[in-house]
Amino acid sequence: MPLLSVENLHAGYETGGRRLRAVDGVSFAVEPGETVGLVGESGCGKSSLARVLMRLVEPASGRVLFDGLDVGALRGPALKAYRRQAQMVFQDPFASLNPRQSVGEILSGPLAVHGLVPRKERLTAAGDALERVGLPRAALSRYPHEFSGGQRQRLGIARALILAPRLVICDEPVSALDLSIQAQILNLLAGLKAQMSLSYLFISHDLSVVRYFADRVLVMYLGRIVETGSWQAIFASPLHPYTRALIEAVPTPGRRRHAAPLSGDLPSARDVPPGCRFHPRCPIATPICTEADPALRHVGAGQSVACHHAPESALQEGLPI
Amino acid sequence: MAALLDVRDLSIAFPRATPVHGLSLTVAAGETVALVGESGSGKSLTALALMRLLPDTARIASGEVLFRGRGGGVSDLARLDDAALRQVRGRDIAMVFQEPMTSLNPVLSVGRQIAEVVRFHEGLSWRAARARAVELLDLVRIPEPRRRVEDYPHELSGGMRQRVMIAIAVACAPRLLIADEPTTALDVTIQAQVLDLLDALRRDFSMGLLLITHDLGVVAEWADRVAVMYAGRKVEEAPFETLFGTPLHPYTRGLLAASPRLDAGQHYSVGALAEIRGSIASAAGERGCAFAPRCAVARTLCRDALPELDAVAPGHLVACPVTTAAIPQEEAHHATPVG
Repeated sequence: MPLLSVENLHAGYETGGRRLRAVDGVSFAVEPGETVGLVGESGCGKSSLARVLMRLVEPASGRVLFDGLDVGALRGPALKAYRRQAQMVFQDPFASLNPRQSVGEILSGPLAVHGLVPRKERLTAAGDALERVGLPRAALSRYPHEFSGGQRQRLGIARALILAPRLVICDEPVSALDLSIQAQILNLLAGLKAQMSLSYLFISHDLSVVRYFADRVLVMYLGRIVETGSWQAIFASPLHPYTRALIEAVPTPGRRRHAAPLSGDLPSARDVPPGCRFHPRCPIATPICTEADPALRHVGAGQSVACHHAPESALQEGLPI
Repeated sequence: MAALLDVRDLSIAFPRATPVHGLSLTVAAGETVALVGESGSGKSLTALALMRLLPDTARIASGEVLFRGRGGGVSDLARLDDAALRQVRGRDIAMVFQEPMTSLNPVLSVGRQIAEVVRFHEGLSWRAARARAVELLDLVRIPEPRRRVEDYPHELSGGMRQRVMIAIAVACAPRLLIADEPTTALDVTIQAQVLDLLDALRRDFSMGLLLITHDLGVVAEWADRVAVMYAGRKVEEAPFETLFGTPLHPYTRGLLAASPRLDAGQHYSVGALAEIRGSIASAAGERGCAFAPRCAVARTLCRDALPELDAVAPGHLVACPVTTAAIPQEEAHHATPVG
């Protein structure tokens, strides 16, 4: 049974009397021990999806199942138990740590809320959590502003993990960090995953990072998943023209001054194009793409794609670039 | 060829710190030079100093910023008075910043903001300046420029705002464009469009482009030459092929090894990424090489004396006595392609 299972999820916001479809029919699963990478550009709905999964935003329709339980139906102690098991690491650790609380208070807070550890032992547990993320116990009495960006992200990870969750949603956890620090944090997350049997939903706009860190990849465009597959399949034989363009757009050593693969801007989720939502920017769109919304269909080897022009089987020749 | 920009031994100081030390850098017409470094390396401060836009508390403590103007005469921007500077800024040298929303005026239409520049520098009437604004929006590939010229910044997407910034920057066909993280705030497909645009403008105007970035992929694909900064000093400089093919400074090597790449075989399930331990904060108070506290090959001599920038091959400068000593001169010369 998957640890997390998302079924035809819709969520959105009312803005100026108009409905913004941020998450527009998304289904996927996260298996125990798996890292699922979610890539997409701004406004594709990836952070909204995370908020729905954490029950910070109520979905308009669809279901989220955690361990087989309908998360939307959880109340009281059952909801609290879910919150303990599903934790989140945010992009900007400074904005997500209370500047007036010492590290000891930040880390023992969740333990107190969930009544997991007796009061006297909480600071010891907080110290253990610090050591697990590579910070000294002495940091317990310090405040967030005394730490560098990379150290603050370690604190954010320590806080998420102190409740021994099973699923951690990481929303752009290394995007705000310098390159030399990014590698440290990715290695830390990989080590913790093995030690604590974690599953990750790893949200990032950075394809190189997702390629390194994900077991399976979801590619999201304007509220919809347009392609999913193993990291090897997505990066070796991407089938959706959007996935191809995303990969093609990443500046890469060994290539010189290549033309941008896509013209035009990202459309707004307030104004989703009819038919295939990617068709206005798609280099291979045909009339059918303006009319029919392609469903995500299985093309073999765990790879699925929502494109009228994708081959029937992943083994066939890929799309022309 | 005489350089368009020739920065010699530039130091930038605040009352209690010197975040940039003895930086030398050249940019030729039509050339893209990348200045690479992480936060705290001094790269953005350097850009501001070249434009003489340093915050009030900072000053150019020493060095020269020699710039060859339109007539061929060379002036030292570090010593130019305000009136002369205003003639250079926005006309001969222009700058594009990371965040277009904070650099554009929210209460003026984008057309007005472009027109202001050409009015000031070329003395055009408002009507003529507005017509130029439409042409410039078209030049930076904004669709329907006639309609867009009336738009306010908030009505445009992030990518379009950055194009407007670029339109303002190239309005007077500058000889040098300084772009400070011009695509960092943009999505990857939009980033590719903006880099493509900057490069086309560089070519069409034979403009020198100083690209300040932390993104090694951007550098590898778009730069001709690269200078790597660490804690306020240039630690390595090389043509792009050399920097990516045979990097010599341990910091450059560390950065390249630490970056996950699309074309590499790395995956977390197979092995960890190479890390550079510690953080740039550990450079504070170092007498010797600022990178020594994080360096895997540092020796005693690194902590005692500041390493000199040595030319190991034509155009390849490295400030590391350890790695340069290990490389036989022959091999080092091999690393630099002829031409």
